[in-house]
Amino acid sequence: MTEEIIIAGFGGQGVLSMGKILAYSGIMQDQEVAWMPSYGPEMRGGTANVTVILSDERISSPILTKYDTAIVLNQQSMDKFESMVKPGGVLIYDPNGITHEPTRKDINIYKIEGTAIAVEQGNPKVFNMIVLGGFLKIKPIVKLENVEKGLQKSLPARHHKMIPMNIEAIQTGMNSVEVVNQL
Amino acid sequence: MAEVKLMKGNEVIAEAAIRCGCDVYYGYPITPQSEVMETLMARKPWEETGMVVLQAESEISSINMVYGAAACGKKAMTSSSSPGISLMQEGLTYLAGAELPCLVVDVVRGGPGLGTIQPAQSDYFQATKGGGHGDYHLIVLAPASVQEMNDFVGLGFDLAFKYRNPAMILADGVIGQMMEKVQLSEYKPRWTEEEIEKMSDSWALTGKKAHRSHNTITSLELDSYKQETFNHKLQAKYHAMEENEVRFEEIQCEDAEYLFAAYGSASRICQKAVQLCREQGIKVGILRPITLYPFPTKEIERLSKQVKGILTVEMSAGQMVEDVRLAAKFKIPVEHYGRFGGVIPTPEEIVEALKKQIIGA
Repeated sequence: MTEEIIIAGFGGQGVLSMGKILAYSGIMQDQEVAWMPSYGPEMRGGTANVTVILSDERISSPILTKYDTAIVLNQQSMDKFESMVKPGGVLIYDPNGITHEPTRKDINIYKIEGTAIAVEQGNPKVFNMIVLGGFLKIKPIVKLENVEKGLQKSLPARHHKMIPMNIEAIQTGMNSVEVVNQL
Repeated sequence: MAEVKLMKGNEVIAEAAIRCGCDVYYGYPITPQSEVMETLMARKPWEETGMVVLQAESEISSINMVYGAAACGKKAMTSSSSPGISLMQEGLTYLAGAELPCLVVDVVRGGPGLGTIQPAQSDYFQATKGGGHGDYHLIVLAPASVQEMNDFVGLGFDLAFKYRNPAMILADGVIGQMMEKVQLSEYKPRWTEEEIEKMSDSWALTGKKAHRSHNTITSLELDSYKQETFNHKLQAKYHAMEENEVRFEEIQCEDAEYLFAAYGSASRICQKAVQLCREQGIKVGILRPITLYPFPTKEIERLSKQVKGILTVEMSAGQMVEDVRLAAKFKIPVEHYGRFGGVIPTPEEIVEALKKQIIGA
């Protein structure tokens, strides 16, 4: 199994940390992992994306142009990455800030109202975990228990008290997937 | 077995330095390798192993501090990125001329000048052909994974001390910024003063002893004949490196009809290109030089008798391609494909380049 994922949005949306949690979860189940960030010189507001690869085999290139899954969190990323999903692959997006819906018919497209749900629950920060939960529902490549272990590894000890909240957000996301296009 | 961690290449350089018993790190921040010193400062190894970490006022200062520590037989290192490494060239040729061991990490970014902060491999010439003035070489190791960032710190120091010559880890922003699984080395204690005296008594400045005359560290010799004799000695050392220290990896070369030659992150991208090629029935392999100096000339010559053509893939306008052409002795087509200035080639581009420049040519 090899899963090549791009997560893309604005800097500050938690794009890189989503990727890190996925990568750690992969390590927890003895997979090979790579996490390759790409961002401009600016820390916030600019575009940020991260390639995450989980595989049972040695990982080749961390630089890719075709992905099994694209997780898209803003319009710029939709414009850039919709075309880079492999035919038959998966596109997941949060409609918040999306002005042009994806149009491809040869891929599976899912929508997760991560931002809206997070705001509704009064905790906008966990929106990325809701989206991650949606992804894990669609592609259960890592077990939830390994995500929890991954969170323990990737978060400093002083933040461990927030792990249950994040797991809850992931579970919320798992129940919030809307199908836009299914092959 | 040591714990498996998820770390950035740059963080691993710092961790590996502490664990291999490095005595001193001097550096000056520059993107994309500032995490090396940041990690060291956060780890505070001076409290743990006694290792000194110091931010110098410039790269020129860093490399000359390395010279001073190395002269005392200490394990000294610095790290920087391309513009900073250019500033260090005077120090590096003096270190080579004074036969001092040290480790320099270059996380290359696009140039020339201040250039870009994105990854590049455009400093191959500078790293492998001397860089500073005079007939000298650095030992140059090119990691292609975060694990090798760990492994090559210890290896770099071992080779540097074995040959009393500066060693360089030539990485780039991809390997420096990427996180992968890594198994960190076990801790090795720093050398004691007694151990340094025992190992390096013939040259290191450990204080004049009753049993020997004083040691002198210099790269100055006003007598041309003596300088020539010294240069012969250096050349003999480089010859020994070429005989004994060439390291490389062959990937899917057994049945290869074509070959990619690529190092570092370009070799990783080529691995994907190999997958894509083989799905299309094109039998291609990769020769990945691990030591860029000494260069795997004999291995490329051997493979050049097996394959129909070689494409070097570099994040530069074509530098290593010259050494590959020399190794293949111009008997088969050797072409270059590169992206540069901070742009990274894609696997698909590389496949197209192989078809156009080698197979279809």
